[in-house]
Amino acid sequence: MSSITAAGDRAATKVTNTKVIQPAWVRVVHWINAVAIVLMIMSGWQIYNASPLFNFTFSSSITLGGWLGGGIMWHLAAMWLLVINGLVYLTLGMVTGRFRKKLLPISAKGVLDDTKAALTGKLSHADLSTYNQVQRLLYTGIIVVGILIVLSGLAIWKPVQLQYLTALFGGYDTARYVHFFMMAAIVGFLVIHVALALIVPKSLRAMIIGR
Amino acid sequence: MIRKLRSLIIPGVDKNLLVKDATKLMPDLSRRRFIASGASFGALTLLTGCDVSDSLSAENLLTHMSKFNDMVQARIFNPNTLAPTYSEKDIKRPFPFNAFYAEDDAPNVDGKEWKLEVSGLVQDKRSWTLDELHKLPEVSQITRHICVEGWSAIGSWQGTPLRDFLKLVGADTNARWVHFRCAEDYTSSLDMPTAMHAQTQMTFKFDNQLLPRAYGFPMKIRVPTKLGFKNPKYVVAMEVTNDYKGGYWEDQGYNDFSGS
Repeated sequence: MSSITAAGDRAATKVTNTKVIQPAWVRVVHWINAVAIVLMIMSGWQIYNASPLFNFTFSSSITLGGWLGGGIMWHLAAMWLLVINGLVYLTLGMVTGRFRKKLLPISAKGVLDDTKAALTGKLSHADLSTYNQVQRLLYTGIIVVGILIVLSGLAIWKPVQLQYLTALFGGYDTARYVHFFMMAAIVGFLVIHVALALIVPKSLRAMIIGR
Repeated sequence: MIRKLRSLIIPGVDKNLLVKDATKLMPDLSRRRFIASGASFGALTLLTGCDVSDSLSAENLLTHMSKFNDMVQARIFNPNTLAPTYSEKDIKRPFPFNAFYAEDDAPNVDGKEWKLEVSGLVQDKRSWTLDELHKLPEVSQITRHICVEGWSAIGSWQGTPLRDFLKLVGADTNARWVHFRCAEDYTSSLDMPTAMHAQTQMTFKFDNQLLPRAYGFPMKIRVPTKLGFKNPKYVVAMEVTNDYKGGYWEDQGYNDFSGS
C-alpha cells in the first residue's frame, strides 16, 4: 500500500490527476469505521428491540446477534473497534492538519450556494481533493454526531460510575433517546453518503485506492 | 484471509456453503426471494443456531471480548462511588414486575418455613429465619433499577447492607464471589467488591412495605451498581466462594459484570 502511495506522490509532480486524494491512513480508518458502524447499528437495533423507545421494532433480518444477549455482546465488542479507530482518526485529523485544511472554513452562504448548485446539477466534482461546502458541513456534523453517540453510549453503559456524564445528557432515560437519535442521524448520513459515492464513483475509487 | 473473516462473522460456518445448503432446502420461489433479499446477518445468525464449535468462531471471539469487558468494568468500578439517589416523588408506581416467567408463576414462598442458607467461606454457617433477619439494622435507598433490556424504574428498597451481614457471619471478604440461589432455582453471582459496596442491600421491604411476592418475598438482593438481572429475588441461599458459579442469565451470555 505505501509503495503505491509513494509512487502516486512521485507521479503527482508530473500528472495532476493521479495525485493522492485520500491518504492511506484516511482510507484505513474509513473502512474500519465503516465495519464498526455497521456492526454497532445492527447490534444496537437488536438491543433496542428488547425495550423499544417508540412504537416499532427493527426486523430481525437487519439486526445482529440473534437475541438481546448476542446483540449486547456484539455491541460491546465492536465499541472498542469504533472508539479506538475513532480516536486514531481524531488524533491524526488534528495532528496532520487534515480537519483544518479539508473541513474549514464553512459558511452558511457557501453551504446554501453549493446545495443549490448540487440540486441543479451544476456542482463540480472535477477536484475531489477539495471538499465542497455541503461536504464540509456533513463531515464536520458527522464527527460531532460520532462523539455524541459514543458519549451517550457511555452514559447508558455506566450511569453510576460515569453519573456526571449521564446527568449531562439529562439522565439515563434521556441519554437513551440521545443515543437513538444520534444513530438515526448516522443512518441518515449513511444513506446520503453512500448514494453520493455511487453517483460520483471516482470518489469511491479514491477512498479505496487513494486516487 | 477472506475465509477467516467470514468465519469470524458467522460462527463456525462458511457463508457460501451455508447459503448453498439453505437454498437447496427451499422451494424455487422462496429461494429466489432469499437470494434477492441477500443473506442478511440476522437470518444467518438464526440459521447457525446449531453451532459447530470452532476456535476462531465469532461466538468464541465475542465470549473473549465479554470477559475482557468484565475485566475493564471491574477496573472502572469504584467502591466509593454511590449510585445516584432520588426522592419519594420519583418512585415508579406500580413498580414493574420483571422475570423470565409471568408474574402468576412467581415463587410463593412461605415466610415462616423459609430460611436463608449461608455457606462457603464463612465462619458461621447456620441458617437464618426471616424474623432474625428482620431484626438486623435497616437502611433505605431510593435508586434507579436499570434492566439489561434498557428500561429503567426508580424504586425504594429497605433492608440491611450485605457487607454488614457478611461481616456478621464472618465471611472471608477476600473471596472472589458471593453466589445466590433462589426459590425458583434462579442464580446469580456478585463479585466481592460489589457485594461489599455500601448500597448493596439484603432487601426485605419495597416502598416501606414488606416485600410483596412480585418483588421477591422474602428476600431480594438490591444492587444499584448492577443491571437488574444481577439483583436476585426469592433468595434462599448465599455462598461465599472463590469458584465462579455463573448464573441463570450469565450462563446464557449476558455480560457477567454488567455494572452500571
